Amino acid sequence: MMREIDLTEGDIRQLNRILQRRDGNEDANFTVTNPMGRHALAAGLMHDIKVQIDGHVGYYCGGMNKHASITVDGNAGVGVAENMMSGLVRVKGDASQSAGATGHGGLLVVEGNASSRCGISMKGIDIVVQGSVGHNSAFMAQSGHLVICGDADDGLGDSIYEAVIYLRGEARGLGADCIEKEMTDDHRATLKGLLDRAGIVADAQDFRRYGSARQLYNFKIDNVGAY
Amino acid sequence: MSQDHPDLRESYLFDRPTIRDIQRAADKGIYHIRGGGAKRRLPHFDDLVFLGASISRYPLEGYRESCGTDVTLGSRHAQKPLKIDIPITIAGMSFGSLSANAKEALGRGASEVGTSTTTGDGGMTQEERGHSSKLVYQYLPSRYGMNPDDLRKADAIEVVIGQGAKPGGGGMLLGQKISDRVAEMRDLPKNIDQRSACRHPDWTGPDDLEIKIRELREITDWQVPIYVKVGATRTYYDTMLAVKSGADVIVVDGMQGGTGATQDCFIEHVGIPTLPAVRLAAEALQELGLHRTGVQLIVSGGIRCGADVAKAIALGADAVSIGTAALIALGDNRPDLAEEYAKLGSAPGFYDDWQAGRDPAGITTQDPELSKRLDPVQAGHRLANFLRVLTLEAQTLARACGKSHVHNLEPEDLNALTIEAAAMAKVPLAGTGWIPGQGF
Repeated sequence: MMREIDLTEGDIRQLNRILQRRDGNEDANFTVTNPMGRHALAAGLMHDIKVQIDGHVGYYCGGMNKHASITVDGNAGVGVAENMMSGLVRVKGDASQSAGATGHGGLLVVEGNASSRCGISMKGIDIVVQGSVGHNSAFMAQSGHLVICGDADDGLGDSIYEAVIYLRGEARGLGADCIEKEMTDDHRATLKGLLDRAGIVADAQDFRRYGSARQLYNFKIDNVGAY
Repeated sequence: MSQDHPDLRESYLFDRPTIRDIQRAADKGIYHIRGGGAKRRLPHFDDLVFLGASISRYPLEGYRESCGTDVTLGSRHAQKPLKIDIPITIAGMSFGSLSANAKEALGRGASEVGTSTTTGDGGMTQEERGHSSKLVYQYLPSRYGMNPDDLRKADAIEVVIGQGAKPGGGGMLLGQKISDRVAEMRDLPKNIDQRSACRHPDWTGPDDLEIKIRELREITDWQVPIYVKVGATRTYYDTMLAVKSGADVIVVDGMQGGTGATQDCFIEHVGIPTLPAVRLAAEALQELGLHRTGVQLIVSGGIRCGADVAKAIALGADAVSIGTAALIALGDNRPDLAEEYAKLGSAPGFYDDWQAGRDPAGITTQDPELSKRLDPVQAGHRLANFLRVLTLEAQTLARACGKSHVHNLEPEDLNALTIEAAAMAKVPLAGTGWIPGQGF
């Protein structure tokens, strides 16, 4: 059974208490209407529930999500699905800066474009962007996958660690220590799996792979020009 | 003139330490990284004295009349403010920078006297949570180990903007300290340098910070206090902005505050001393009408004794935080380790290579053999002893000023011994009524 929560006059705190099941409810399907760009919607969810948000959301929607599947039928503000642990966050429109920042797990799908620093410091999350991403995406990205079906702005993968970037379009520029790497059949299979999970139709053959050259992993004075 | 070469004239500008620094830089080709805080002489609490009771003031009887030391932190918004029994807390220090035994000892020591300890970059360990009755969880730019489960286990959350040793700087845990466990907690490969970012990845500026704090409250159901920690620089404005952003507690760390590993030039040349910082922060809270009522102030950076505690509180702090002094209490720089320090090119009283991971005291290391040297039970008890002494000393000074609670100490109880300290602390120069900058 779908439970509808209208935020026209609703309180964010009350909404999150319901979605976090702090009131003891056991509902599994929610529709949130009239979000009106408000912040921290569906933040800190802890259960395997489905949340549909009809409209645009502000900062940190789905922040630190664990287990829940959250769909935003609109655009998302800064830090959507930041530090997500597991579950799914899907943005049907565009996402602002720092989408999926520091995420540890789960899947973030952006069906539009994502702005700068998408996947910054990601720690295991998988992110699939159907459009393009802004500058410094995957900055200091530690692990997980960032799939970009469009283009990437400057500084892609700057100071990247062991995260993997799959890019179909062009990168305006790669960041420090980020290089193109060989794309093997294993990588294509991994990529196909990510695209399938995201429900995005694209041919894995069209993508290139980027990752760390591992030259900046330990400070060396010879690399001073890169810092 | 040098003492060992009385016939030779030493340059003030190019003295021997400076010459050594130049030679070291030419030899190594890299800046000097070390632990600890600023080493140079700075205006500090030593430059202040209390005006004990006299004809116009009535003292309290030592050992007979009580002097309260309890502090409630986070009464502004939190459903469960953090109550500590003494006005001294343990500052954030990471597992990674410190051994697991050291973190456990800090938790044990703090818990024994009813105060809090703080996590650090790298997340929360089970040992630390298990042995800390009151634990503050740091929310740092790197977000290493950050997860909502640990967030909800915390008794308070500290959003770290900066620290006194390096305001505006990130961190670097060198590869030699990255054990399997540290690497796993931080989601990074073993043996590589782990950079801690200098900026938060998903917010910029006070308006964003306000939204971030609300998100953290939503995730934790508004239960626990949220602190904002800043390195002391533009302290007055930082305090104003942190309050505006919704912080329950402001933590201000002066430039004497320690670090696990930072460039020496950063430690010595960025930030302002703790002495002016505490006054600036307190003034901001007073102007907002929140001092000693709505928002609490914790001050750190070079707190060594009960006199420092009492003076910081008199200038406006609600509590202080200690890091370096706590490590010394655990056993850092112990004289009986002289031989081992010598092998590392150091000596008791000088050892600050906390970044190197070879600490013979077993504190700033991840080496399993070295870590074993620190008995967390014994070290924790030593820390508790030290915290008790600090508290007793602060109470002694407060009673002498006629105060039945340490929070009743005030700037009026202090005089300064130097013009600099008088100007920074905004208390009169001893023997005068003069506060520099406030006319005659």
